[in-house]
Amino acid sequence: MNIASFAPLAVVLPILGAALTFLLIRHSRAQRAVSIALLSLTLALECLLLASAWNSGTAAVTLGGWIPPFGIVMVVDQFSSLMLVVSSAVSLAVLVYATGQGMADGDHDAPVSIFHPTYLILVAGVSNAFLSGDLFNLYVGFEILLTASYVLMTLGGTGPRIRAGVTYVVVSVVSSVLFLIAIAMVYGATGTVNMADLAIKLGELDQGTKTLLHVMLLVAFGIKAAVFPLSFWLPDSYPTAPAPVTAVFAGLLTKVGVYAMVRTETLLFPGDTLNTPLMVVALLTMLVGILGALAQSDIKRLLSFTLVSHIGYMVFGLAMSSVVGLAAAVFYVAHHITIQTSLFLVTGLIERRGGSSSVDRLGGLAKLSPMLALLFFIPGMNLAGIPPFSGFLGKVGLLQAGIQLGTPLAYALVIGGVVTSLLTLLAIARVWNRAFWRRPTDAEHPDPVLLSTPSARVSGPGAKVNDRVTLLPRTMVGSTAGLVVLGVALTVFAGPLFGLSDRAARDMLDRTPYIEAVLGDGTAVPGNTSGGGTR
Amino acid sequence: MSVNLTLLIVMGALYACGIYLILERSLTRVLLGLMLLANATNLLILATGGYAGLAPLFTKGTPAQEYNDPLPQALILTSIVISFAVTAFMLGIIYRTWVLARQDDIQDDVEDLRVAETPSYDAEDDAEVPAETSEFPLTMLGSDGRNVSDHGTPGMDADQEADQPVATLVAGGREMPAEHAAAEEKPGSLNVDPSPEGGGK
Repeated sequence: MNIASFAPLAVVLPILGAALTFLLIRHSRAQRAVSIALLSLTLALECLLLASAWNSGTAAVTLGGWIPPFGIVMVVDQFSSLMLVVSSAVSLAVLVYATGQGMADGDHDAPVSIFHPTYLILVAGVSNAFLSGDLFNLYVGFEILLTASYVLMTLGGTGPRIRAGVTYVVVSVVSSVLFLIAIAMVYGATGTVNMADLAIKLGELDQGTKTLLHVMLLVAFGIKAAVFPLSFWLPDSYPTAPAPVTAVFAGLLTKVGVYAMVRTETLLFPGDTLNTPLMVVALLTMLVGILGALAQSDIKRLLSFTLVSHIGYMVFGLAMSSVVGLAAAVFYVAHHITIQTSLFLVTGLIERRGGSSSVDRLGGLAKLSPMLALLFFIPGMNLAGIPPFSGFLGKVGLLQAGIQLGTPLAYALVIGGVVTSLLTLLAIARVWNRAFWRRPTDAEHPDPVLLSTPSARVSGPGAKVNDRVTLLPRTMVGSTAGLVVLGVALTVFAGPLFGLSDRAARDMLDRTPYIEAVLGDGTAVPGNTSGGGTR
Repeated sequence: MSVNLTLLIVMGALYACGIYLILERSLTRVLLGLMLLANATNLLILATGGYAGLAPLFTKGTPAQEYNDPLPQALILTSIVISFAVTAFMLGIIYRTWVLARQDDIQDDVEDLRVAETPSYDAEDDAEVPAETSEFPLTMLGSDGRNVSDHGTPGMDADQEADQPVATLVAGGREMPAEHAAAEEKPGSLNVDPSPEGGGK
């Protein structure tokens, strides 16, 4: 019996955890233990799934005993299992961080007891979306994670969170309705929602219908992935949520949208009909996002804009529909999930230590807390793409693929990618110079916490320490450091990871492994029109 | 395949009303709009199932095409449950907005407004016009800080320049003396209002 048949457990275990933590809502210690234990178990299972996908290729699990085109299918291939492992590792780190914050703060800032069940439901939704081999089940996965995210976004129900939550909920619901309309039209046109079956049947439709369905799906996923003209909601809603929640949203939710776009482009609509518009959109996403980041003074908002901007890189890699480009995009998604989440976690620590997340109020943090400075510096440089780090490797892969493609638009995107990378460096360096490097007294409106610290230090033991100076809980720093180390590990093990992304990209562009895994060997797979397999 | 025209017209009307309503600023109307959109989509899914047929319970001797397609109805059921959850949550949010702000409108983002109102003039970077040390002095920016005004044309009369000794510049949509603009970004200024507990909270 193959380990891949246990794939549904990646969804079931977090839901089980959610049920248990909901029962244990009055016992916060047991709640913490259960949620961390179940998430670790899920992560271990997903590592096994990744190993199985690496060794024996794509596998499909049929649920409820229905024969594939009719029932719900879960598909474990290299891309989906890689996404599962990275997302669960990141969610585990954020969960530890959040429990650290909860233990330090108590229930004053946010009702932590409801946090655990909701968070586990979110993880289940993300896993379901990654594993789904069925368009409607993908929609259900999206809805599970979105509904959980509505609750997490408005945790505590304070004014700014409710205001941001309204925008977020309305935009998400509209995108879900668009997705559902697209599913209805796909079903009307082909009579199936199974993705492997669709891969064959969509090819038989006429070009006009195909383009309509393609655009509908891309718009629905584009809103979730925050691709430029549809990204307006993200910087507005993410920064107000609690730090761990923002971190996990930034890392995972947009990437689920990107994942769905990758599946749409490679499996359902192969070929390059919409590649040109996608490339233009990718260029605009990169440039508009990063220019927005430069205008911000709040670190969380700045990072939200860099998040939008770097989605552009992934769409760029996807739009090239070549093995090199898609492999680089897969690598970039794994890198970006880790880095963006760790940056948001560090920002949470900065806010805690410095009393604010606005660079106008911060200063001198490098001297106050060298550990914090290190934790910000490494992922910051990684995000900007400074040579040894994985951000650099991912970008180099994308740029190489762009040059290999060689069209004028690809060259424009290569230039745009380099400019975006430099502007990201500028944005990160500005945060670094202001929040960490200068003296606190040089800040425009220095936070009293920063100014009062030296006296608190000097007063020594026994003296009344200024109670506004909060030191950082060890669990929070530890989990952030763990995530930063994971980001560095992606650099160290970039070779094997690139090998995995390359194989994943090859399989996705080939389509045969996926379709045969679902519909059985010997299924007639229509010719691959993209020609990507040969590149 | 015959199409149920009534259903299609109702669906179109629901979409039209729904889109009109979600563009309103009042939250209750937005919620009603979302509900109409969800129901219109349910009708669309129903329409994809083809014309009405027998209940999909297997009986011997009935040809396959006389049964109704059960899958769209299963999809609709799921989508109804999901929109039910979302509607309940939206009602909660709307009530909370009412409790907090005593209005049923979408609130503006304070930070957005602040960024929009920030003058492009930056006190740190732009305040001092550095003394001219190069051997090719610029005629536009004098080392004494005169004639920095964006409005002054370079070819102004000498006596007119003398009447205007204070360097001015455009900041935040109005013209102000340079030192006032520099004070704008210092603590205690009315333009930038730091909240007591810090920016990000």
